[in-house]
Amino acid sequence: MMRKIAHIIRKEFLQLKRDPRLLPVLFVAPVIQLLLMGYAANLDVRDIPTVVCDLDGTSASRELTAEFFNSGYFSLKAWVSDIRVVDHYLDDGEASMALVIGRGFADNLAAGEPARVQLLVDGSESQSATIGASYASMILSGHAQRIMLERLERLKPFGIRPVRIKPEVRVWYNPELKSRNFMVPGVLGLILMIMTMMLTAMAVVREKETGTMEQLIVTPIRPLELITGKLLPFLIIGTIDVCLVLAVATLLFRVPLRGSVFLLFGMSLVFMLTTLGLGLFISTISRTQQQAMMTTVFFMMPMMLLSGFVFPIENMPKFFQAITFVVPMRYFFVIIRGIFLKGVGIAELWDQGLALLAFGAAILTLSVLRFRKKVG
Amino acid sequence: MNSVRVPHRLCCLRAVVKKEFRQIGRDARTLIFLVVMPGFLLLMFGFALNFDVKHVPLAVCDEDGSAAAREFIGNFTHTEYFDLKYELSDPREVDRLLGEEKVRVALVVPRGFAADLAAGRDPAVQVLVDGANASSASTAAGYISGIVQNDVVRMTIRLLRERGLKGFVLPLASDVRVWYNPELRSAIFLVPGLMAFILMVILVISTAFSIVREKERGTMEQIMVSPLKPGELIVGKTVPYIFISLVSSHLVLLLGRVLFGVAIKGNYFLLLLTMTLFLIGGLGQGLLISTITRTQQVAFQLAILSTFLPTFILSGFVFPVRNMPSFVQAITFLVPAKYFLVAMRSIIIKGAGLGAFWEQVLGLAAFAAIMLGVSTLRMKRGK
Repeated sequence: MMRKIAHIIRKEFLQLKRDPRLLPVLFVAPVIQLLLMGYAANLDVRDIPTVVCDLDGTSASRELTAEFFNSGYFSLKAWVSDIRVVDHYLDDGEASMALVIGRGFADNLAAGEPARVQLLVDGSESQSATIGASYASMILSGHAQRIMLERLERLKPFGIRPVRIKPEVRVWYNPELKSRNFMVPGVLGLILMIMTMMLTAMAVVREKETGTMEQLIVTPIRPLELITGKLLPFLIIGTIDVCLVLAVATLLFRVPLRGSVFLLFGMSLVFMLTTLGLGLFISTISRTQQQAMMTTVFFMMPMMLLSGFVFPIENMPKFFQAITFVVPMRYFFVIIRGIFLKGVGIAELWDQGLALLAFGAAILTLSVLRFRKKVG
Repeated sequence: MNSVRVPHRLCCLRAVVKKEFRQIGRDARTLIFLVVMPGFLLLMFGFALNFDVKHVPLAVCDEDGSAAAREFIGNFTHTEYFDLKYELSDPREVDRLLGEEKVRVALVVPRGFAADLAAGRDPAVQVLVDGANASSASTAAGYISGIVQNDVVRMTIRLLRERGLKGFVLPLASDVRVWYNPELRSAIFLVPGLMAFILMVILVISTAFSIVREKERGTMEQIMVSPLKPGELIVGKTVPYIFISLVSSHLVLLLGRVLFGVAIKGNYFLLLLTMTLFLIGGLGQGLLISTITRTQQVAFQLAILSTFLPTFILSGFVFPVRNMPSFVQAITFLVPAKYFLVAMRSIIIKGAGLGAFWEQVLGLAAFAAIMLGVSTLRMKRGK
């Protein structure tokens, strides 16, 4: 039995070698993807191009704008004196935010009246706009609080002391708050899914499409042996990809790997059971490679989007949250980010691993059964 | 002579188009995917996917148990930003909850909070944030400091009122106005990006496939010996997919309109022009892939790699290009989806004219010309 499986594995590798472009696709592409993702997949909003229209022009208004640009979130694009010019900057997309300080800002402050500040935000890029607006309000309220405290200082002789609560904020696991540390481990899951699921789906359907499946069926190879022989090469390729990605992530991007490497490999193997199973399942419901490919894309896109890779699961409506429970990558992301960043072990991750294992076993059994029925 | 040849040529072309359509039609599932998937993705993007940081799971450990502590904690739990999941009595349990991702933020109010407040000492409060997801963690940390600041200002004003000092107001009044997308709805922002994504994926993959399939099955030789010219073969092969992509992108526009109220503010014909240029570029890319590969498997991998991730990551669809390091920003100039996205957002959201995005249209045209040119050259050599 082992020999028969070994033959199929050899055949499969021979077939992979037939297209000389496959090797770079299998091993170079994941690294390129990781490099791009590591450098580009960055949600940190910094240096938002901002135009300032300071109609007041006093030291009080300049103090506020200085505080804005010292924060690092905004970068000064232009300093205009006409409110109508602001529109052009926003329309042409040259600036994403405008800070308008009206005439009388300093006078109002001195009189103890609320001094008005206007903030115009380009909402066409809604997610950076939201973040930018929240940074801006944070700076404004910080500035307001400081002015307030200065006023209260003057009341000190009367025995009035302002209330102060300074929360001690501690950030765990990723104290520098680098989004790369969050994204790069996620890419490992993404690459594993794309590679193993697509290759498996195509490899089995190709035999059907080219008519060689019948030839395989009349040989003394049993269906289970055939499937094992078909899947093992991709498990090997996937494992090599894990090594490559791991090397780039830790050596180049310096993502901390706090947990056990062995646990990481073990869990990756369990995860690959689910993607291989899905690939096999797709191949049992497809007749042509084009169909298999379309079905794979159809499975892959929602899985990628609903896995918590970029879009947080807890923000989704209940209905979609329920769907995420059947997305194996969801569990894998908790595992892989847990091992990388939190250094947690099997004691914390066993439930996620069990969910993956259950999903993998279910989908593999289902597709082997379907495969058998077809063969018979 | 000429008058005979022209209809003959058109006839050839029509035959290829018909053959390709028939081949697509035979495969009902692929057709359904091509038409239904875009709508499905739009629904997901519109309803499920956003970056808002709300309902962050929170654990609270109130060691003080006083009315003041409860009031302070209430400021957190009564917002939509945090959802109170656990009330702990032992601060050591916080570690476990954060490690298992049961909560993302934990608030610890130590013993003596109320006593400190009353005595005029500054009470200590501890906030623990799971920083793994850096961007939502920093937003959550921002909320926390905002809530505490507000609370402090409120308590101070209350204190002053108790002492009879009225007329104290907040020194700044800010007025935030959002343009173009006043409710900051992600759907408006995502519709153009989704169109790029769908067009690119459908078009490049389908065209890459349709030629490699003939090679792999050996039917390419049959076509080669027929009187068909390479240019005709390409046009004939791709017309059906252009048609399908146009249908599904209009479906996305329509759904965006009906479900999310995303109307096209600008000129529809400009939109169509930009879209067509983008489509031609995608076709060229698909053809190029099919000329350099021999099996569908590799063609598929290449098509996915050259469309899926660049369109998702390097186009500015999800991640702002501005934040990328400069060498990655340079790479984004090779991604047609980037030009398309900027142009689409200008047309659909801002209603801008050609003056605001002519560079993007030029970029798309250049990409299309290069891709088509290179792949036709390679195809001729292949024949």
